[in-house]
Amino acid sequence: MTKKKITNPASESYLQTVFRRFRRHRLAMAGVAVLVMLGGMALLAPVIAPYDPDAIVGTFAGAPNKEHILGTDQIGRDVFSRLLYATRVSLLVGVMATLISTVIGVVLGLVAGYFGGVIDMVIMRFTDVVMSFPYILLVLVAASIFKPGMWSIILILGFVDWPGITRLVRGNVLNLRETNFVKSDIVAGMPTWHVLFSEILPNTVAPILVYATSVLALSMLDEAALSFLGMGVQPPTASLGNMLNGAESLTVLTRQPWLWIPAGVVIILLVVAINFIGDALRDALDPKGKG
Amino acid sequence: MGKYIIKRILIAIPVLIGITVIDYVIMCLAGSPLEMLQGPRVSQATLEAKEIALGLDKPVFVQYFIWLSQLLQGNMGYSMKSYEPVSSMIASRLGPTLLLMGASLLVSLMIAIPAGIYSAIHQYSKGDYAVVTFSFLGSSIPGFFLALLLIYVFTVKLGWLPSSGMTTLGTEGGFWDVAKHMVMPVLVLAFSLAGSNIRYIRSSMLEILEKDYLRTARAKGIGRFKVIYKHALRNALVSIVTVIGMHIPMLFGGAVIIEQVFSWPGIGLMTMSAITARDYPVIMGVCLLSAIVVLLANLITDIVYALVDPTISLN
Repeated sequence: MTKKKITNPASESYLQTVFRRFRRHRLAMAGVAVLVMLGGMALLAPVIAPYDPDAIVGTFAGAPNKEHILGTDQIGRDVFSRLLYATRVSLLVGVMATLISTVIGVVLGLVAGYFGGVIDMVIMRFTDVVMSFPYILLVLVAASIFKPGMWSIILILGFVDWPGITRLVRGNVLNLRETNFVKSDIVAGMPTWHVLFSEILPNTVAPILVYATSVLALSMLDEAALSFLGMGVQPPTASLGNMLNGAESLTVLTRQPWLWIPAGVVIILLVVAINFIGDALRDALDPKGKG
Repeated sequence: MGKYIIKRILIAIPVLIGITVIDYVIMCLAGSPLEMLQGPRVSQATLEAKEIALGLDKPVFVQYFIWLSQLLQGNMGYSMKSYEPVSSMIASRLGPTLLLMGASLLVSLMIAIPAGIYSAIHQYSKGDYAVVTFSFLGSSIPGFFLALLLIYVFTVKLGWLPSSGMTTLGTEGGFWDVAKHMVMPVLVLAFSLAGSNIRYIRSSMLEILEKDYLRTARAKGIGRFKVIYKHALRNALVSIVTVIGMHIPMLFGGAVIIEQVFSWPGIGLMTMSAITARDYPVIMGVCLLSAIVVLLANLITDIVYALVDPTISLN
């Protein structure tokens, strides 16, 4: 047992409080470790991968052995190398889609909440329309329209995931607009963009950040589902979803588990880690939180 | 109450029209269904005749209005592939999908309500951590991966459960046969739903447990069981209703992938084949149906709110 450090909550900065509260969540700390490890391996894929992910380097559907630690796929590519590159692609899709939807959501939410009136009504009705689509259906229809591929998936997910963020930001803006510091800015004649981006936005970053982690988890799951159905990232580029695609064949499912189990496990690890981190962030960033 | 419902329906109409417009525009960007007919044995003249017969030679907005006016007369159009009326196609596949969705929702609540309550009452205990971890797993495992795992274990290894369809081929089916086919798809859908449900119910229970009226109830000494099941649970109902309302669109979408994996003969399977065949009228019909389901779910959620919580006023 180490000596417990005595902290004085009054003397620490907001970020220190957040960090201290975040560290209390053991599952989230484990999540950070997993994410750093898998993310690091994905980033360093060209260095770590023993083989070219698209090159045929072994026997067809060879079981794991010393040369190919996760075996080879149906046409003789190294599964471990493909898994590294797939993680890279899936993370990239998740992060980019989340960035796009966050930017769209924040801008629309700020505008709707701040200006109100007709603009607000039009934006919110549009949000309702997008929200009323069953999500997967919209994504599937869009995916079948545009040429499938990594960038179309990023754009589709990015343009579909924003309504939640818009509602969240709009709600916060409506509250913040009534606060004295924003009112005094308006009275002082500050330009609108200054009020929006320098006063209101920083005060609503915490909930956006928490929401964005769940969007990240969701978009990674969606990429996997779409690629699994053959409408996402297209072979030969490997993604975690399309590596699972082969498991629809009975031989792969029953006799070659190394072809599909590793990719599934990596998706689960990544998404669980992100969800744990998001949960801890929600707790740590909560201004009304205890301790 | 009646006034409120009418007002809500009136608000829903422009949203619904917006949905159909966006649908139609996207659909037209998708490419022509004529592409699917092309082949060495189809002459140019046949294609043109087909184009006129399907009304595809007219501008997009005219096509949209033709579709809309037919819809208002109760005609959802005909499938371009099988020439069946869309309404009867949807009607015959709605049953299996509703069965799947209803059973999954029920099973997920049967897991989530006791687990969420247990976890809230024993906050920060080992059991609580186990329940929360389980719930995160539930919302993090891709449904199709869980489906593959289940098929691997229960169909391939143990041979207990059938992995595709709704009834055994060549038989009439019957209750037990259908029930056996349902086990795996329902488990997969219920597992992911229960994941998010548990956390909602847990956090709303935690909030309620700190309320003054619960302290009063406890102080009265009516016993732990009564405090929780009579006072706390009844107040947690509001959040349970929200959770159900929120998950209906999710279920509707999630069913698409699960139906595909298990070849469940529902709306999802039909939608997937319509999307690949660019069967416009069918896709439009499904989008419309799903939008109506979602808007109805929202409306019913708000009404049930008022029923379970008399302090919420509908104005």
